[in-house]
Amino acid sequence: MSAETNGPLGGAEQTFDAGLPQRKRVAVAWHTLFLASTIIGVIALTALLYTVINQSFGLVAVQNRIEPASLAVDGVPLAQLTQEQYVAILQANLSPGVFRRYDSEQPFTERSRENLYALVLERVVQPRYVKTWPLIAAFFDRAAIETEVARDFPGAKLVFRSWVTPDFLRSPQASAPELAGVRTAILGSLWTILITILTALPIGVGAAIYLEEYARASWATRLIRTNITNLAGVPSIIYGMLGLAIFVRGAEALTSGAAFGLADPTTANGRTILSAGLTLALLILPLLIINAQEAIRAVPRSLRQASYGLGATQWQTIWRHVLPSALPGILTGTILAISRAIGETAPLVVIGASTFIVVDPNGPFAKFTTLPIQIYQWTSRPQPQFRNLAAAAILVLLALLLTMNTSAVLLRNRYSRRA
Amino acid sequence: MFANHQPIVPATIPAPNGEYAIEAQGLSVFYGGFRAVKDIALKVRTRKITAFIGPSGCGKSTLLRAFNRMNELIPTAHAAGAVLYHGQDIYAPDVDPVEVRRRIGMVFQKANPFPKTIYENVAWGATINGYRGNMAELVEQSLRQTALWDEVKDKLQQSALALSGGQQQRLCIARAIAVKPDIILMDEPASALDPIATLKIEELMRELAQNYTIIIVTHNMQQAARASDFTAFLLMDSDRAGTLIEYGPTRQIFTRPTDQRTEDYITGRFG
Ligand SMILES: Nc1ncnc2c1ncn2[C@@H]1O[C@H](COP(=O)(O)OP(=O)(O)OP(=O)(O)O)[C@@H](O)[C@H]1O
Ligand SMILES: [Mg+2]
Repeated sequence: MSAETNGPLGGAEQTFDAGLPQRKRVAVAWHTLFLASTIIGVIALTALLYTVINQSFGLVAVQNRIEPASLAVDGVPLAQLTQEQYVAILQANLSPGVFRRYDSEQPFTERSRENLYALVLERVVQPRYVKTWPLIAAFFDRAAIETEVARDFPGAKLVFRSWVTPDFLRSPQASAPELAGVRTAILGSLWTILITILTALPIGVGAAIYLEEYARASWATRLIRTNITNLAGVPSIIYGMLGLAIFVRGAEALTSGAAFGLADPTTANGRTILSAGLTLALLILPLLIINAQEAIRAVPRSLRQASYGLGATQWQTIWRHVLPSALPGILTGTILAISRAIGETAPLVVIGASTFIVVDPNGPFAKFTTLPIQIYQWTSRPQPQFRNLAAAAILVLLALLLTMNTSAVLLRNRYSRRA
Repeated sequence: MFANHQPIVPATIPAPNGEYAIEAQGLSVFYGGFRAVKDIALKVRTRKITAFIGPSGCGKSTLLRAFNRMNELIPTAHAAGAVLYHGQDIYAPDVDPVEVRRRIGMVFQKANPFPKTIYENVAWGATINGYRGNMAELVEQSLRQTALWDEVKDKLQQSALALSGGQQQRLCIARAIAVKPDIILMDEPASALDPIATLKIEELMRELAQNYTIIIVTHNMQQAARASDFTAFLLMDSDRAGTLIEYGPTRQIFTRPTDQRTEDYITGRFG
């Protein structure tokens, strides 16, 4: 017990070997390790955002088939011409057959000025993106790009373009990258998710209520609970195969709408929004059940006791106290499960998503495509412009997911503050 | 909803007039295979305050919950024997526990108001039991009986969770009497409260005893001595099952106990 072996506080006994330097080294090592994991995560996320954003904005070399300047009439630029002048331009530049077809789709005399102008741009001016450059290159290699355009594409004009535009959201899928948009994909995703929510939420909550409140403890209920947990870990492609077997093939009469006389005559098979929604519902059902069970279990026992003590029935207790208390938790979990479903691709490929749809889906029996399917399809196209479209669609998808997850967090915070 | 159940108080028996409000006969309660209370025989007097005392774990709460079948919320629990309420065994197969709990209300150790407004807390039990009278009047009357009205009359639409602990407990009592029970069971209702709030609850019990039969579990000897008319002393026997050692008027139990173990316990010579 000499003073030298003790710290400045003195008085330490020999039965304790403080080993403080050693303990501190261990602490620092763990600290560093955790910091490193965080940094790796941040780098991965940044890399993802970097690629997506880099591809979503940039320079494009636009080459027009007919220069708008040459279509000016008496010095009035193309954009400011009258309806009659646009019709005249169309008549002069389109083949008579094509011209008649547009007229019979909707008579030129009834079309708006904007519609005619868009038609002139699309069919007469016909801008083509001959080459694109990503955002970073646009900033740092501008001069090199300009010389390249001047040398390789003499008639082309170099413009800066964002691939995410209001038009991109509004236009349907198209074969030309200049015109293609995600409207049909967004609508398809929304329809599918609607069906997923409408089926999975009531079934999931119902099953959770049954398992938590009604089911007696027996080996059968234990088996069911364990299996639900295991189902939550099954790869999503398996659910796709299940959906293909059950909804697309097995219940084709229902999912194609034929049983209701509502089948889409162009398909009339089971590869519909309804099948997709039901398959995704199947996929997230285990997650929903587990989450709802946890939310219900978290309702304090004292609340149930208070209710029963007043002479409430089990159903009154569940409906008026347990469910309202569990609702924020159930909704938060549901939103998170839904955002998982929105991003699912594999099962939808398996049940046969359409890759090219130009008309808006008009109900549960329509053919479908969704945002991730569209992205998948665009990235597998050879032309580089589709890579930009895919990046833009990824941004749209990310924005959608971010909105949903934020609302889940807000919901949770709001209710946990109240309680 | 209750249509299939024969009313547990046959119309021929006038409401609580008898000398005894509720009576346990050979009552045992089990948790799985474990017998927590054993062969209890006890007659509780109408419109009196009866206290259950005894060391921790001797089965006071279990016995109390057996009087309105609250034990059934615990999956493993079951009871044997009989509990007679106006001559009717509440454990008979044709008796609905929901009906039992409306007649025999309960107040818990920790105040557990619903996360709703003060008004809704008091009104809810009456609503679900199909109360057809004037609800605002019932709420006011219940809050007045628990001496809470003056404190909360201006904030009936505010959350009950914003009240103090003592106020919350009185709200829970108001909520219990709003369904017009015969008997109120209270499991250590004041154990989480300070001495002033405790005294308020005791005063309140005195008030309520004019109209209701009250059974209270307490760890507080002074409280039992001060506030109750009758006292039952329970103790674990050799196989850890709670048994009734002595039951009688409070004054007699505290001054001239007949059993040595009772005397040891109330004088504090006991674990
Ligand atoms: N839910 C339960 N499951 C299993 N055993 C229980 C349960 N509740 C109580 N017990 C057991 O029953 C016995 C009596 O418990 P009880 O809660 O009735 O005692 P108590 O007299 O109220 O005790 P305290 O004064 O500490 O509240 C104890 O041995 C306890 O372990
Ligand atoms: Mg107890």
